[in-house]
Amino acid sequence: MKTHGMIAAFENPAVLLTAAARVRDAGYQHFDCHSPFPIHGMDDAMGLKRSPVGYIVGGMAALGATIGFGLQTWVTTSAYPLVISGKPMFSWQAYIIITFALFVLFGAFGAVIGMFRLNRLPRLHHPIFYSELIAKASDDGFLISIEADDARFDEEQTRAFLASIGGTNIELVRGEG
Amino acid sequence: MSSVNTSHVKTAAAVLEEAPLVQGGLTFSGITEKISGITEKKTPQLWWLLFGIALSGTLVLAGSIGWLFYEGTGIWGLNNPVGWGWAIVNFVFWVGIGHAGTLISAILFLLRQKWRTAINRFAEAMTIVAVICAGIFPAIHVGRIWVVYYMFPVPNQMEMWPNFRSPLLWDVFAVGTYFTVSFLFWFVGLVPDLATFRDRAVSKVKKAVFGVLAMGWRWGNRQWKHYELAYLMLAGLATPLVLSVHSVVSTDFATSLVPGWHTTIFPPYFVAGAIFSGFGMVLTLAIIARRVFNLENLITVDHLEKMNKVILVTGSMVGYSYIMEFFIAWYSGNIYEVFAFINRGFGNYAWAYWIMFTCNVITPQLFWFRKFRRSIPIMFTLSIFVNIGMWFERFVITVTSLSRDFLPSSWDYYSPTIWDIMTFVGSFGLFFTLFLLFLRFLPLIAMSEVKGVTPEADPHHYDHGHAHADAHQGGAA
Repeated sequence: MKTHGMIAAFENPAVLLTAAARVRDAGYQHFDCHSPFPIHGMDDAMGLKRSPVGYIVGGMAALGATIGFGLQTWVTTSAYPLVISGKPMFSWQAYIIITFALFVLFGAFGAVIGMFRLNRLPRLHHPIFYSELIAKASDDGFLISIEADDARFDEEQTRAFLASIGGTNIELVRGEG
Repeated sequence: MSSVNTSHVKTAAAVLEEAPLVQGGLTFSGITEKISGITEKKTPQLWWLLFGIALSGTLVLAGSIGWLFYEGTGIWGLNNPVGWGWAIVNFVFWVGIGHAGTLISAILFLLRQKWRTAINRFAEAMTIVAVICAGIFPAIHVGRIWVVYYMFPVPNQMEMWPNFRSPLLWDVFAVGTYFTVSFLFWFVGLVPDLATFRDRAVSKVKKAVFGVLAMGWRWGNRQWKHYELAYLMLAGLATPLVLSVHSVVSTDFATSLVPGWHTTIFPPYFVAGAIFSGFGMVLTLAIIARRVFNLENLITVDHLEKMNKVILVTGSMVGYSYIMEFFIAWYSGNIYEVFAFINRGFGNYAWAYWIMFTCNVITPQLFWFRKFRRSIPIMFTLSIFVNIGMWFERFVITVTSLSRDFLPSSWDYYSPTIWDIMTFVGSFGLFFTLFLLFLRFLPLIAMSEVKGVTPEADPHHYDHGHAHADAHQGGAA
């Protein structure tokens, strides 16, 4: 059985926040903090950069608006030009609504698909689920997991380190997949 | 926050002091138990009873639509000047109701209104279901149902394209986008709670279903990081969308030349009315749900009072619009416009106008008084009045203007047939069928979000001195 990593429980969000900063300062790279809700200030404590989701949304929204405006222009001026209530063929004012709708629609898909892709989801299984402890995060558990492929990972030392920063129920996670 | 001096913080804390959002001392796992427990218990008999009634309603809807497809729109009460009857009234009614969910989830999210977490999940579900009900009406109203795809820009062998200058086509895009975005927003919000259901599931079927739906959520902050920003972006995109959808619906009327429709007040007036009716429906459902599922600690009277304030504000905006329409009609000096409004208030359909006026403008004024804002029987009654009034508003707008258009020789009185009525009643059946399925199988309160707004979720709660933690919550949360 392959070792996936080690996981430990912490008492509350405040302890988790301090512990996360200690893990970061100890030089670990492949670790994560699991909690039932996002904790304010955790990104800084873990030393994470801001998510790039915003750029994906911006790009997708711009694409949606371009497609919307382009389709309407192409249809009304070249593919199927019809005079309606004496309006000019290229009546851009009337295109704004659909352009806006597609801006929002594509942006929303960008946000959702972008978020799941960045999180490498959907994924049916992950070795962390071999842990007994992980399910606690869906209820009231505040956990830190450190992966075995981290350069600093060592069964003995990491266990001692997690205990020293307030970790309890420390568990070695083993399993394939 | 550290730069602010202490006395300042204390005053701020005193001003911000409010009753806690979650009452009864529920812990994190208490919240999980409470919400998950609802779907894990044996199905209550009351649920089966209500579901049976709702499903019968859905069958009535299916039957009415089946007969409509077979026989044509002649089975409805439409006549020559009144070419838009109950189908359009019902469409606008349901779309309007569908506005509360995304308003609560998006606009109140951007405004940092933490109380939204108690009601956002089922308000969003209500929105999705209401928009499904709304979408049925314009689709079945087209008459030649087999060419309903003409509404969409689908390349076809005739090389025909829809008219992009028509507000009816804008509607297809606006409502379609609204439904899709509301659904995505709802689903993203559901993912952490679905993961909780996955981790609690006992039966193989539930494990598999929730396992797939939860997308493999692992609760890690590396995931939350992207999740939170994506949720914020969705809220930002949905906010202008909420305000735009009913504005677009109003252009269906406002861009025509029919007296009583051709006015610039329509977009804001329709949006205010939509939020008003949506909150009315959320309130009706919230009062029932908190009683049936004992959620008084999560959906507190404070939450309901806040919704009543929104109803009071939007109801007054609607009332202002009703009065302003009369003023503009008089001030315009246009005799057709003046006639259209005198006819609304005092003509054939005066009864409908005054039902509308009473339910939307007069009765909500009771909410000026704290006592009424916090009384469950009063607010339940008023919330139902709101929806009666708002249905009549759409009826008044649609039918009075059409039945008395420019040409007196074509004037006619419109009455619905049994099929109009059955289709409308049936749409309530569909609404409740889908909503009851949601209540039975999905978390009706956003567990993860409610946990996130409890004081225990804020790391500063564990600091020495709670005044500081409270001030921090109010200022920077």
